Amino acid sequence: MSKFEKKRGKNTPGISTSSLPDIIFMLLFFFMTVTVMRTGEIKVAITTPSASELTKLEQKSLVSFIYVGRPQVQYQSEMGSAPRMQLGDKFSELSDIRFFLEKHKLKLPENQKAKVIASMKIDKDITMGIVSDIKDELRKAGQLKVNYSAKRKN
Amino acid sequence: MARKSSRDRLNNEVNAGSMADIAFLLLIFFLVTTTIAEDKGVLVLLPPWSPEVPDIVRLKERNVFSVLVNANDQLLVRGQEMPIGQLRTTAKEFIINPLKRETMSESPKKAIVSLRNDRGTHYFRYLEVYNELKAAYNELRNERAQQQFGRFFDDLDQDQRKMIVNEIPLILSEAESTSFGEEDK
Repeated sequence: MSKFEKKRGKNTPGISTSSLPDIIFMLLFFFMTVTVMRTGEIKVAITTPSASELTKLEQKSLVSFIYVGRPQVQYQSEMGSAPRMQLGDKFSELSDIRFFLEKHKLKLPENQKAKVIASMKIDKDITMGIVSDIKDELRKAGQLKVNYSAKRKN
Repeated sequence: MARKSSRDRLNNEVNAGSMADIAFLLLIFFLVTTTIAEDKGVLVLLPPWSPEVPDIVRLKERNVFSVLVNANDQLLVRGQEMPIGQLRTTAKEFIINPLKRETMSESPKKAIVSLRNDRGTHYFRYLEVYNELKAAYNELRNERAQQQFGRFFDDLDQDQRKMIVNEIPLILSEAESTSFGEEDK
């Protein structure tokens, strides 16, 4: 009787924390792999509309982004408040689209150049005028695969 | 001698207790900077550019499902005003034409959707209309897939999908926008 009690009372086994770093590392690697560092700031205000027939864009490297919306408040003094287009990290004109797309394709291997998708992130409250112009420009540039970025409708 | 050897053994162990803290710090950093990339949207294939205006007049009127969206975001579907809630069912009925009416498409293969908007139309309304038209086609394809293969369209293999897309092709033409309404300034 007393033999057993003595032994247990003396050294209480603590919870082993030696596997804690491993668990944390696993979480760490998960977040490291899913993290996409935000490249460049978005200078136009965009709230994407919602839709139900959505397609997921799988390969990030094959997507060129086109942002359209009203300039953010801090840029309105120089750019005005009319909807503008942003390519890469700067405000651009319609004529810049072709060059922008070509620049993106330059980095890709030959067999993937036809798979490029233009993802248009457009604010839901602007009018179609500028969007139609961009669409025409994309057609002229031969960039026919277009994705209108949208949220899932509930 | 015995004492010395025990000290040696102690010194040789690397203290791994702070490892967790370091990992935590990194973890928190990545947690904060992560924006899980959610890039979804309505995928569209634009028609190739051609300078001449397409000649819609050639087509039989019964095969054309024309949708006009004006600057007030109102819809005119085949000459009739329509709330957007009815667009999907109307489009489906038009494409399939179950009652074989004279006024609707001869067959799904010949049906053409013609979408035209104003430069003053709001973008969300345009996308809503596009989404409804796409949804109509997706539903029809799904129904056909269920009938023929007893499975959803998304679960079919490539040949079966091709077959159904062939039967119900999405032909959507977008005419040049009108410019009656006012654009954003």
